[in-house]
Amino acid sequence: MRILLLAGRRLLASVPTLLIILVGLFLLLQLAPGDTVDALMAQMGGGDPAQMEKLRSFYGLDAPVAVQLGRYLLRLIRFDLGFSAIYGQPVATVIAERLPVTLLLMVSALCLSFAGGTALGVLAARRVNRWPDTLISTLGLIFYATPSFWLGLMGVVVFAVKLGWLPANGFEQIGAGYTGVQRAGDIALHFVLPTATLTLIFLAIYLRVMRAAMLEVMTLDFIRTARAKGVGETGVVIRHALRNALLPAVTLVGLQAGTLLGGSVVVESVFALPGLGRLAYESVVQRDLNMLLGIVFVSALLVITVNFCVDVLYAKLDPRIATGR
Amino acid sequence: MTAVLELRGLSVALPPGADRPFALQDVSLSLQRGRTLCVVGESGSGKSMTAGAVMRLLPDGVSVSAGQVLLDGTDLLTLPEPAMRKIRGARIAMIFQEPMTALNPLRPIGDQIAEVFRTHTDLSRAAIARRTLALLEEVRLPDPAAALAAFPHELSGGQRQRAMIAMALALEPETLIADEPTTALDVTTQAQILHLIRDLQARRGTAVLFITHDFGVVAEIAHDIAVMQGGTVVEQGPADAILNHPQHPYTKALIAAVPPLSHIPPPRPISPEAALTITGLSKEFGKPTRFRRAKRLVRALDDVSVTLPRGGTLGIVGESGSGKSTLARCVVRLLDPDGGSIRLGTTDLAALAPRQLRTERSRIQMVFQDPYASLNPRRRVGELVAQGPMVQGVARAEAFDRARELFGLVGLDPGAMNRFPHEFSGGQRQRIGLARALALRPEVLVADEAVSALDVSVQAQILRLLADLRERLGLSTLFITHDLRVAAQICDWIAVMHRGRVVEEGTVAAVFGAPQHEYTRALLASVPGRGWAPPGI
Amino acid sequence: MSLLKRFGRSPPAVIGLLLMLVVLAAALLASTLYPDDPLRLAGRPLQWPGANPRFPFGTDPSGRDIAAQILHGARVSLLIGSVATVVSLGVGILIGAFAGYFGGWVDDVLMRITEAFQTLPAFLLLLVLVAVFGSDIATVTLAIGLVSWPATARLTRAEFLTLREREFVQACRTLGMGHGQIVFREILPNALPPIIVYAGVVMASSILLESALAFLNLSDPNIASWGNMIGAGKGVLRSQWYVSAIPGVAILITVLAVSLVGQGLNDALNPRLRGRS
Repeated sequence: MRILLLAGRRLLASVPTLLIILVGLFLLLQLAPGDTVDALMAQMGGGDPAQMEKLRSFYGLDAPVAVQLGRYLLRLIRFDLGFSAIYGQPVATVIAERLPVTLLLMVSALCLSFAGGTALGVLAARRVNRWPDTLISTLGLIFYATPSFWLGLMGVVVFAVKLGWLPANGFEQIGAGYTGVQRAGDIALHFVLPTATLTLIFLAIYLRVMRAAMLEVMTLDFIRTARAKGVGETGVVIRHALRNALLPAVTLVGLQAGTLLGGSVVVESVFALPGLGRLAYESVVQRDLNMLLGIVFVSALLVITVNFCVDVLYAKLDPRIATGR
Repeated sequence: MTAVLELRGLSVALPPGADRPFALQDVSLSLQRGRTLCVVGESGSGKSMTAGAVMRLLPDGVSVSAGQVLLDGTDLLTLPEPAMRKIRGARIAMIFQEPMTALNPLRPIGDQIAEVFRTHTDLSRAAIARRTLALLEEVRLPDPAAALAAFPHELSGGQRQRAMIAMALALEPETLIADEPTTALDVTTQAQILHLIRDLQARRGTAVLFITHDFGVVAEIAHDIAVMQGGTVVEQGPADAILNHPQHPYTKALIAAVPPLSHIPPPRPISPEAALTITGLSKEFGKPTRFRRAKRLVRALDDVSVTLPRGGTLGIVGESGSGKSTLARCVVRLLDPDGGSIRLGTTDLAALAPRQLRTERSRIQMVFQDPYASLNPRRRVGELVAQGPMVQGVARAEAFDRARELFGLVGLDPGAMNRFPHEFSGGQRQRIGLARALALRPEVLVADEAVSALDVSVQAQILRLLADLRERLGLSTLFITHDLRVAAQICDWIAVMHRGRVVEEGTVAAVFGAPQHEYTRALLASVPGRGWAPPGI
Repeated sequence: MSLLKRFGRSPPAVIGLLLMLVVLAAALLASTLYPDDPLRLAGRPLQWPGANPRFPFGTDPSGRDIAAQILHGARVSLLIGSVATVVSLGVGILIGAFAGYFGGWVDDVLMRITEAFQTLPAFLLLLVLVAVFGSDIATVTLAIGLVSWPATARLTRAEFLTLREREFVQACRTLGMGHGQIVFREILPNALPPIIVYAGVVMASSILLESALAFLNLSDPNIASWGNMIGAGKGVLRSQWYVSAIPGVAILITVLAVSLVGQGLNDALNPRLRGRS
């Protein structure tokens, strides 16, 4: 219970942060050359100034900045993210449509990369400086250095083009009419490459952190105590070192949440997945600033949620947090 | 008497590139059943390495090169690792110096003690729980049932060490190796832990190998003593023989360096004038601010009033949490007191605004405790000493001249001013810190545990230096320490602090000879080896 | 043992340094070997590497020399990486130093701002900045620097929080030293080593960020950037996959080199952990 209260307080403390983000971005977007109406006009192939004036007042874009900001914040509280001129729908609706794909991608990549990275990091630390460690660390470094979009493209070349095992892009086979389990299977197949791409990059990060953390923890005093009690090497690693080494890795999950979301922008573009990331990219290109702000808001909420879960998990792992020391 | 543990000609080699080829050379020790063997030495003597060698828990690159370790006749060094693991914790147990880091912070105490049973026995969970509880009762932990589920950070230092002792004695080992187990504890807690170990030894007949650098502790509990220097045993024998009739010159020098508690030097004349007058000083921690909620409120200083006579040394003694360090930091305005005054001459330091404070700072300077952390590792030592005057506006050339003069004064070669701190030993660094403090020609010197981190022989040198400077420069010194022996040797006037208050003050002879307050009496009674005086005094 | 010697003892660090030199050489020799604009039409499009001796890496869909673009791209990547890193370090160190040293409300305010930047996914912020301020190379570089400073700030703050309590800093205060002198001349030199090592990470991620932007056609199209090249090869992925593959390998090698050098520096500065990395 104490843990929830503690994490809840941290959550409350992120409200000012959220506010800073939104206000900052709103003001930043005011500096953009051209607004939604300009983009609309560009799409329609030009229009006369009178029409633009009318559209501007319709969208409320002629009011002073402070007023616009105030209105925007008030609407946000009601989760009304405004209207997208490009899509002709409320921003919230469009985002809600695209959110599940991104969530699926992010969650799977996060779980797989954390589990894989942790396991491999422990293994590398146990066999430090021998060939398993050298192999794992080298592969890890190479994947860390690889641009995600290039990895995705190469994955497409190898597995979709040359071997034909996996689909090259898209969310599911359009027009095939799958339902139920078959549909789920088809979607899963389409997700293999994008998830693998994202997973490999972040797995490399967790691998390095976990390995360094394990090596650090193994030098601490209580490991010596455990050995002096006659505990075997496996017991020392699993029952003493691992839990302590997990702490920095878990913290990293929270810090990397934003980067994971950013990574999905690129991966979704490579694999043409209809997710939030791709939506962000399209909004930039189409100058749909309302949409962009909405996506930013939702992303910030996502990151805050992940951090909340991480805080709770961390407090469960480390009893020193709950007692306020 | 049969020897439970015997070391014969043990040599331990260090990896190439270390400062000497051997950590231990031809070490032979004998530990009898029911008796305590104290292994004494300064840092670098190899005493901790001995413990590691016996348990076969040496660091990477360090290995045994010759000799035998016989436990009841079996040579431990020839055993395969699984057999050795069976012995660790069951027949030989070990307790360490820092109980906070020696226990896994993420697992409850009860679980860590139970691990000993789980590793070596087949007992059921219920049986293990019963025996763990019994162990915690035996080491006299307050509220043993609660301690079972507590995490290490929820217990005090002394309680943690008791838990470690419980863990070590769980399977009734024949031998207990204690590696400086009380060094990190307060004097009163130390006395309790030593008493506990002696008590358990009497009841169970455990042989104890007690490693320490503190001769007071040795005088308190040793049956036999082995003195180590540079990896070899220079002298060993029964306690009485070594303590009162040492033969080897190194042993004699070590013992001579221990300040005696029972023979206090004759009082010097104390000036009636006050160099520093502290009145009603208060400091609280943990007050809630706008952004932070209220934590536990700690009254570090509660209406403290003491006077430092001109040209004399006022000792502030107390244990951790007594407020003595807070007092030192308030006096030099590293912390801002909440109330009270600090009068240096006619100026009240506590009331000064930051800008006025800058110039007044040169009148009162501080020497710090940790010789390794108190000097900026990236600056040459000459510059470190000259920095103070330069900040106060003195020209660079003149400041360096002053630094040269001070180097000579504190017994260092002025030609070494161009070197970096890591090229000097701990004692030399404290001299540099002293020179830095004296560079501003202060009226008052605050020594915050200035000799606590030094080996006993180096400590003696620094204390002599301080006494010498006191005569030559007419310095008034505020000497903060937890070590009553040191206080007895160098101080004229003593104030005993406990939980933020001054409980007793007076001349050294009065406070140590005839203590009035019960805390002072308890404190004096806890000093290990207080009855023993080094021979030749 | 001196820093250089310790660095030289680790094979990965030396490999990284060698790779770094290769990339540097490519950047420096670009104008000598390929003096013309790398983005101009050079020959028949979509020739395979090695098919034509004039084009060792082949040509892209627009008929541009891939080898020329690779070499000039090295210049771009290193330049962007370095400038962005300098910006990121500069901002991050300043904010982290003041937050860590002064504590109190200064720390709270600065950390709120840092948290705001960190809660926002870096790439999204980059997209927004590019949307608002445009895609020319200077803007992109500045934007990347502005997006990367929070981690440096956190690291600097952590170092300052620890060092502030060290006795040598307290000694400086008792000597009457002013805050500015303490922060910049006493604490900062001691805090720099881990920050310098982290600069490697920042540089690596800056290069990756720029290439990702370029791949999405949001970076400067008039520059021979490796990311641009990968994007150009997207359309012919099925058949002429080398157009995208080659620049990707170039990025991989550069980022690998930067990371290895950074790691080598870290190990050289922490001799205690040598043999463990």
